[in-house]
Amino acid sequence: MKILTGNDLKSGAVVWWDGTGWSIYVNEAVDVGERAGEILAREQSARRVNAAYAIEASRDANGVRPAHIKDRVRALGPTVRPDLTLKPADPEVGNWVI
Amino acid sequence: MADAGINGIGGTSPDEVQFRFRDDEPVDHGTVTVDSFLDQSNASAVRIEPGDDARALLPHLGRLRLVEVNFPVFSDGRGYSAARVLREAEYAGELRAVGDVLIDQLALLRRCGFDAFAPDQRLNEVDAVAAFARWENVYQHAADRRRPIPELRHG
Amino acid sequence: MYLYDQYDQAMVDARVEEFRDQTRRRLEGKLSEDQFKPLRLMNGLYLQLHAYMLRVAIPYGTLNSRQMHMLADIGNKYDRGYGHFTTRQNIQYNWIKLEEAPDLLADLASVEMHAIQTSGNCIRNISSDHFAGAAADELVDPRPYAELLRQWSSFHPEFSFLPRKFKIAVIASDTDRAAMKLHDIGIQIVERDGALGAAFYVGGGMGRTPMVAPCIREFVPLDQLVPYAEACLRVYNRYGRRDNKYKARIKILVHELGKEEYARQVEEEFAHLLSQGIEPPLAELERIKPFFADPEFEFGLPTGIDRSDPDFALWVDRNAVPHKAPGYVSAVISLKPVGGIPGDASAAQMHEMAELTKQYSFDECRVTHTQNIVLPHVKIADLHALWTRLDAAGLANPNIDTIEDIIACPGLDYCSLANARSIPVAQKISQRFSANGRTAELGELKLKISGCINACGHHHAGHIGILGVDKKGVENYQLLLGGSEAQDTSLARITGPGFDEPGIVDAVETVTDVYLRERDAGERFLDTYRRIGMEPFKEALYG
Repeated sequence: MKILTGNDLKSGAVVWWDGTGWSIYVNEAVDVGERAGEILAREQSARRVNAAYAIEASRDANGVRPAHIKDRVRALGPTVRPDLTLKPADPEVGNWVI
Repeated sequence: MADAGINGIGGTSPDEVQFRFRDDEPVDHGTVTVDSFLDQSNASAVRIEPGDDARALLPHLGRLRLVEVNFPVFSDGRGYSAARVLREAEYAGELRAVGDVLIDQLALLRRCGFDAFAPDQRLNEVDAVAAFARWENVYQHAADRRRPIPELRHG
Repeated sequence: MYLYDQYDQAMVDARVEEFRDQTRRRLEGKLSEDQFKPLRLMNGLYLQLHAYMLRVAIPYGTLNSRQMHMLADIGNKYDRGYGHFTTRQNIQYNWIKLEEAPDLLADLASVEMHAIQTSGNCIRNISSDHFAGAAADELVDPRPYAELLRQWSSFHPEFSFLPRKFKIAVIASDTDRAAMKLHDIGIQIVERDGALGAAFYVGGGMGRTPMVAPCIREFVPLDQLVPYAEACLRVYNRYGRRDNKYKARIKILVHELGKEEYARQVEEEFAHLLSQGIEPPLAELERIKPFFADPEFEFGLPTGIDRSDPDFALWVDRNAVPHKAPGYVSAVISLKPVGGIPGDASAAQMHEMAELTKQYSFDECRVTHTQNIVLPHVKIADLHALWTRLDAAGLANPNIDTIEDIIACPGLDYCSLANARSIPVAQKISQRFSANGRTAELGELKLKISGCINACGHHHAGHIGILGVDKKGVENYQLLLGGSEAQDTSLARITGPGFDEPGIVDAVETVTDVYLRERDAGERFLDTYRRIGMEPFKEALYG
């Protein structure tokens, strides 16, 4: 599947296109198929997202998994600071990015 | 900006100049490339591209009234050196920054000796005026001949 | 240390307002991201993997307690309670909001600090020797010259859109503690016939094409430092490559022209600039110097140390460095706890280091390019009390210049340029050597890790270097041996095929085994490598 990601212009937070807006949870990302360019242009010019781009991803039982490790790190947070990731209670959470 | 046309005449017209810090009458025609300028004995307006050597103009400063320095992209800073090279050689004619000239480059360009600005896209007047006035003092000598802070400190 | 006058303060305040205005225009849509990016970068604001990251300059690495307290406060107020000290005497915050950045900069300006030119294609923060003013071997304190250049380079009208970034380091002793020859310009203050001057080394750097800077002029009179630097930069600005960002650093220009031709062009420009009267008055240098005068050292202090506590004695042996004044040492605070993140400090730790700075070191501390903190002037008699406080704060790791004192860039955990994570590798190596107990036996061993070819982790200059690469989407690590950032500057060489993460930790242990087996008396790892060459190490790794 093809999904969209970028950063919130004001806060810099990593966000994912969920079909109607931008979510901080990668699992809410939707497949945009051929519409990537159109959505990116519209959303960036409205400054609802910054530095956005399309990536490949897959969906499995655990949710949406970006194809590249860099985007998996973005989706989670720094693996060396589990307390600052989106799953702060799980000390092994970094293993998901590998 | 118009493309170079007949006889290599091109560049910006006075109408396209948004800010000008001179009282003399602007040159009413376009500029020629550095190569054309060096080939023609009567041209008085020239356009410098980033890769041109401004020092090639130094033997001919007496007949120059307008030098346009083109910034095809604002991030290419060679034009700043070109401007200072000309001013350090005491070029006194108009020095016009053209092309991708943006608000946040204005104060720096001014310090390097530019006294006219013809941006591709007209700039917001209020923001531009604020940008020109941003720095009450400066740390270095440059073409604007402002006395820098290290000298102000010592009377 | 240097204190701003009304001019310096006005410059920094004006920059805060300029950035506030730029931020407003970005948020209002008057600036595109393409236009805003170089503006925010020139003020140290990156868009990184998780958020905006702000890099704050610590000019020549010197801070007072008030400034260190503010760095801690900023960590709490605008970030997530910590900061990361970098390899170029900066601190980075990883979770900054664009809309709050102008207020953060105003807070910094209130303690005479800023983020000016900590990124972008301009002259970056001027770095220096972290033992300046304390080292017994220095000719003079190099920092007045660094401050002179800081002012000259700030908002330089001609050099704000260079082909690429530009880094300057200034030292004043033959022992190089600032990786001077691995900078775009390295300056060493030297003496000739009783007069001080500057030797200029130009065109060094790490990155994808590492080069050691050649000396292009052995002596520039002190009142001509600025015109000479300006000449070096002008030649670069006019002729440095702009067609390929990977060939745009000055090292490529110097290499392609040859150092003689580059030096010739600089001399020509220099002669011209001398006619322009652009140099600051010598009185300005004389004004700056007293800010860096020695603090009032006491005389007749005791020099003995009670070594009855072995943990304390070990820390003294590893982390205390001889000082020019009898009865004093420079104490290095390690930000390299076993299994920790190199260079990170919590806000609470920064507050404590600020307190210790005030109490024990004449209100002055330093940030090192090795990502540690130095208290430059500590009474030997105070060392035990200092150590006790550091220990309680988790800051008394006795490991300076050992294999546990690892330099590591943020890597793929934080950095959008990285290809692989650096920090987990550093953590596992320090844990491995702490557990096997060989750290002390290995002695001085500088291990440096970068998560990509840009080499922020100085892997080319490590006795052992590690470079993270992306191998078909999987992190992979190359091993390098034989680098040095010191006065015996050398560039490390790759051993051969790379390793996965567990493999690289094993490989480091393997090469240290070779060293322990092969070393002659008194040899460091680097000395043994230089004597026996790469082959025995390769044999052990791949044989």
